[in-house]
Amino acid sequence: MNFILSIVVSSLAVVILVLIPWIGVGALDLRVIFGILVPYAAMATFFVGIVVRVVDWARSPVPFRIPTTAGQQWSFPWIKSNPIDNPKGNTGVIVRMIFEVLLFRSLFRNTRLEYRRTAEGMPKVDYEWEKWLWLAALVFHYSFFVIFLRHFRFFMEPVPGFVALLESLDGFMQMGVLPLNGLGLPGVYLTDMLLMMAVTYLFLRRIYISQTRYISLPADYFPLFLILGLGLTGILMRYFIRVDITAVKQLAVGLFKFSPTVPEGIGVIFFIHLFLISVLIAYFPFSKLMHFAGVFLSPTRNLSNNSRFKRHINPWNYPVKVHTYEEYEEDFREAMIEAGIPVEKESE
Amino acid sequence: MYDGGKIIAGLIIGIGLLMSPFFYNAGKAAKEPERALTDKAKQAKQCVMDKAYMTSSHFSLLDEWRHTVVRDGERYYKRADGKVFYKSLQVTCMDCHSNKANFCDQCHNYMAVTPYCWDCHIAPEEKK
Repeated sequence: MNFILSIVVSSLAVVILVLIPWIGVGALDLRVIFGILVPYAAMATFFVGIVVRVVDWARSPVPFRIPTTAGQQWSFPWIKSNPIDNPKGNTGVIVRMIFEVLLFRSLFRNTRLEYRRTAEGMPKVDYEWEKWLWLAALVFHYSFFVIFLRHFRFFMEPVPGFVALLESLDGFMQMGVLPLNGLGLPGVYLTDMLLMMAVTYLFLRRIYISQTRYISLPADYFPLFLILGLGLTGILMRYFIRVDITAVKQLAVGLFKFSPTVPEGIGVIFFIHLFLISVLIAYFPFSKLMHFAGVFLSPTRNLSNNSRFKRHINPWNYPVKVHTYEEYEEDFREAMIEAGIPVEKESE
Repeated sequence: MYDGGKIIAGLIIGIGLLMSPFFYNAGKAAKEPERALTDKAKQAKQCVMDKAYMTSSHFSLLDEWRHTVVRDGERYYKRADGKVFYKSLQVTCMDCHSNKANFCDQCHNYMAVTPYCWDCHIAPEEKK
């Protein structure tokens, strides 16, 4: 599929996903379906799907270590080794995994290959410093995480302390949305803006770099557009088309207490937001979003490079019939001595 | 399963964290905020704007009042139907809604909102 068609298909899918609850709640008033049944179905799909996928991965054998390392292996004491990038034991692996999961270290090492000709006409390959993808990815993931944690003020009653801390840190600039009267409240969160900027950058980068554009599929654009839609509906709901958030919290807490109710007076925009997040988490186990769990199972990151001193046996090896040299010599010793071939053990 | 113990342990921790709202809320009485109106507020029937607007966007109105009073010196607000209000949190709003604990704080605590009104303004003394 070419990239224009991919973008059209995936943005059309998001538009339809916005229209479904808009019509369903706005015109047909199916509040129980969109407020209770859809979120429960999405959560069930999410949890069951993640367990099935991870158990499936766990059943795949990892027959050998894959040492894609960026450091010197441990060998002799007088050769300086890199215990984190090329770990020989569990401690190094744990440190490497922490760097990978929390700081996206392998993405940080990303370089851009550039092929050019020098002034003399000689071809030259350069590896350029390229950190923007890492930076945007880090900003995107942490903003999403903070926004998710901030939503716990809707999920939990009483509201736990970390939410207040996050909100005060996130909104410490006390910015207004626009320099107009009445639009300065509620305070603007840094993560809201950072998330939208990062998602936009990741999308533009995808279509700007020709190689990335070539390998991009609807499955790459769709999550970006879905998250963009999710962020837009959330921002709209907070600043422009407000809903009664105490009623929203009653609905959310009711879902988590398994005594769901749909209080009166929640605007359609909330159901659009809820439907988009439901689709996102239901889509999770079937998509590339599973890197959320998959990053912990990256074989090149979570296995120590100990192949040189620990034997890893391929679990699907069938028993091979072997004929060792000792047995060979045992069979042919007399003939070998006769022909003058040296043997390890002289016959008695 | 290969490394099954570690993977299952990680899976249980991860799923457990994601399901924490279920565990956290379980067995707790869901206390919903009950806004109490004073007699004076009940008699007035309508606030500055209609109820839906006041519930969701009262802070926008207060912010607009703050800007126009502090920057432009406009102390009076004329509603579409001609009724005039003196723009003041302490004098106008808290005159009817003199029960801050049962009116303001109920929902603000429920939603973990910490408005900075009372950093500068003096909260009305409540009659016990």
